[in-house]
Amino acid sequence: MTNATESTPPAPAAEPEQAAGLRAMVGRNVRQSGMLVALLLAVVFFQLTTGGVMLKSLNVTNIFLQNGYILVMALGMLLIIVIGHIDLSVGSVAGFLGAVAAILMVKVGLDPLLGVALTLIAGGLIGVWQGFWVAYLRVPSFIVTLAGMLLFRGATLWILGGQPVGPFAESFRAISSGFIPEIIGKVGDPFGASEITLLTMGKWALVLPLGGGPLNLTTLLLGIVLSGVLVLLTWRARAEQVKYGFSVPSMRQFWLRNALLIVGVMFIAYRLAGYKGLPMVALIAFILIAFYMFLTTRTVIGRRIYAVGGNAKAAMLSGVNSKRMVFLTFVNMGVLAALGGLIISARLNSATPNSGYGFELDIIAATFVGGASAYGGVGTVAGTVIGALFFGTLNIGMGTMSIPIDYQFAIKALVLLVAVYFDVRNKNKEG
Amino acid sequence: MSDVLLEMRGITKEFPGVKALKEVSFSVRPGEIHALVGENGAGKSTLMKVVSGVYPYGTYDGQFLFKGEECRFHNIRESEHKGIVIIHQELALVPHLSITENIFLANEQATRGVINWSLSHAKAIELLKKVGLNETPDTKISHLGVGKQQLVEIAKALSKNVELLILDEPTSSLNENDSQALLQLLREFRSHGIACVLISHKLKEVESVADTITVLRDGAVIESLDATTGDVTEDRIIRGMVGRDMTHRYPPRESNVGEVLLEVRNWKVRHPVYDDQMVINDVSINVRAGEVVGIAGLMGAGRTEFAMSLFGRSYGHFVSGQVLKNGQEIDVSTIPKAVANGLAYATEDRKTYGLVLMNDVKTNITMAHLEGVSNRGVLIPPKEIAVANEFRTALNIKTPSVKQITVNLSGGNQQKVVLSKWLFANPDVLILDEPTRGIDVGAKYEIYTIINRLVAEGKAIIIISSELPEVLGVSDRIYVMAAGRIAAEMPAAEATQESIMKAIMRLARAGAEEVLL
Repeated sequence: MTNATESTPPAPAAEPEQAAGLRAMVGRNVRQSGMLVALLLAVVFFQLTTGGVMLKSLNVTNIFLQNGYILVMALGMLLIIVIGHIDLSVGSVAGFLGAVAAILMVKVGLDPLLGVALTLIAGGLIGVWQGFWVAYLRVPSFIVTLAGMLLFRGATLWILGGQPVGPFAESFRAISSGFIPEIIGKVGDPFGASEITLLTMGKWALVLPLGGGPLNLTTLLLGIVLSGVLVLLTWRARAEQVKYGFSVPSMRQFWLRNALLIVGVMFIAYRLAGYKGLPMVALIAFILIAFYMFLTTRTVIGRRIYAVGGNAKAAMLSGVNSKRMVFLTFVNMGVLAALGGLIISARLNSATPNSGYGFELDIIAATFVGGASAYGGVGTVAGTVIGALFFGTLNIGMGTMSIPIDYQFAIKALVLLVAVYFDVRNKNKEG
Repeated sequence: MSDVLLEMRGITKEFPGVKALKEVSFSVRPGEIHALVGENGAGKSTLMKVVSGVYPYGTYDGQFLFKGEECRFHNIRESEHKGIVIIHQELALVPHLSITENIFLANEQATRGVINWSLSHAKAIELLKKVGLNETPDTKISHLGVGKQQLVEIAKALSKNVELLILDEPTSSLNENDSQALLQLLREFRSHGIACVLISHKLKEVESVADTITVLRDGAVIESLDATTGDVTEDRIIRGMVGRDMTHRYPPRESNVGEVLLEVRNWKVRHPVYDDQMVINDVSINVRAGEVVGIAGLMGAGRTEFAMSLFGRSYGHFVSGQVLKNGQEIDVSTIPKAVANGLAYATEDRKTYGLVLMNDVKTNITMAHLEGVSNRGVLIPPKEIAVANEFRTALNIKTPSVKQITVNLSGGNQQKVVLSKWLFANPDVLILDEPTRGIDVGAKYEIYTIINRLVAEGKAIIIISSELPEVLGVSDRIYVMAAGRIAAEMPAAEATQESIMKAIMRLARAGAEEVLL
């Protein structure tokens, strides 16, 4: 990102925004863009080191299949961290609710739709329980959710009797391993049936991520629609800024950024289309991402969550019901943990006593790496998505490179440390 | 020793987009009290942060000498080592530690890491005697009032063998007595050869205590006045600060007082922690439409506590009392209800209670009334920006844009953002708690003008202020509060500083007799 701006005609009331304001704005976005750059570098790195396996259609699809639940739950975690709390129990809660779903659908034999609905409600109730302790009884969330982590792990073991429960009905499994139905048809890949290798150097190979199986047209079409919508939205936002005399990136920058965005979206759509199309779990995640982007930036509730996280006392004295806001973020987390649990169970095709174990760490890490502040009040949905995808890429890339699991843990740990270090450093610069 | 203790030459300090100091030259003689005055954002604090190493060597241009030696401080430790100690506006004490522990924080009286407590206590007692603080050294800081905490800070500075003491707005949160005691202490230090730089907005104090007064405006030194001769008046200083004569400190207002708008009857509130303490004891007040009612009193009289307990019971345990608006009893038991009933409370502590500092101006302005910029819970950004710009113009908030983060605004402009927030909520009764604390003369005048505009619209204003001239200058009617009670009520036209102080003392005496009986 550069500092070049197109100064707008001065509006009568507002003088044009000065350079300092713009720099602050860029500064705020820089970490998010920084993470995006890091994500792209990681992808390129793995593309080279895995001899082109990283960006194969199957692998791109797998990133979504294997990380869908992390993404979903990270959205809930974002709100909790923004409001100034933490939830250590998501992994256990997701495991427990996955088990509840298994009991309901496999043992009791409920219809999957009803089972899913009841599980989501149960998630909401767990959120009510934890939110009540945190918001109204004022026990620190760290403690409440630490207790929840143990409580729901125990509860999982108890209701499963220590044994995995499964398998699920095929219709239920579709939410984690299914794909959207192909309603238009397929066409052959214009780049041919096999991928194009430019050159190889020993273990490394420069493989262009093009070519592969026949393309699912519905997925491609959805990619085009999404691109169009994104361009339209950013265009409207820009026009609004201009109208109020704020400085905006120049037209060239605007289109450059949008071009990159379209290339990104279309590339992912193209790769997904080359396998079996858009996975259901990715569709769910995309819908939730859009919803939470809207919630955080455009709604009164979202605004209040950020206000409470930024300065709880000032928010309270402005008439914001801080307690209720904290309570609601926990209820929201409970429902998303239920969804995460459902996806995990569907993916494994059984609920196991250990499922969800340690997931809270991946989820919290993704949120922080995505730019949320450990002090509350700061964090974006886009950042969280990038953070989650970054960890997903790291997992799959390292797995494909056959890096031993012990190294994998250490590498992820260092990534988390470095990312949060940058957060703290930026904070100090601002203050 | 030379006749100059500190000499600064051509100091220039730039922040992104702003030149905070422009070629400033400034010198302090040994053993003098040197006042540094200027409007907010004039560069006073910035200059002192250069001296004390808060802004390390290399982040500014120019040079300075202390006791004839050039200084290149990289942090505060280095400047303290030389004998320069700065006491910031926000006190830097640890509330849960004792006086002794705070005085020797980071300077522990220890041998090989083991603290010698007897030595620490002995030294602390000696230091407390020097600053005239009559407390045992193992008292926790949280048990002390602001005035006494200030003295602990000074004791801490003395423990570092200070030669130049820098005080940034030391009296802004002190009451009259504590302020006087503090100034007396500075005079004593002067006689012991300790020089002092005093940053203050209270020009009366500056006039009475300073030997030299340096006026800063827009990052440059305007003049240095010799105050020992006695012909430097408050008005003279103000002229230097704002660059013109201020004929009226308080804008004139046509009084247009209507019917009683809000009435509080027999308000009683207990302390939030100590349940046997009645903090507000049977307070009854009223305020009329178009009227400014002042609440005068000393620090700790219960004024803020009263206002906050009224505003959605945000302080203490409510015991009993009624609130009537236009003769009808209203429910103010929660903040949203109080706001819905047309009450607003603009806090005395804008940074802690008033603003979300990391959010921008527009977000803060709309925070108390998001309904006004949203439709069914969905925000309408253009409307929000329009509202914010409207207030920016109306209240003359100096900011590059309404998207500026509020932490970057000066105190006066932050206060205007807090005011805007409540004006946008459109209350009928606005309680202003110390609305001009720590802000400069020009911004004060603007705030008084806003108050006048509001009462002209028929709103009722309750203003709480520790500065008696301010209460006298802006109010139509004054309640005097002391020890959680109303000590007196008087029309502002008949009130004087003396009559207010007398009322406080009378109640204090009566209280003492009650205890004796």
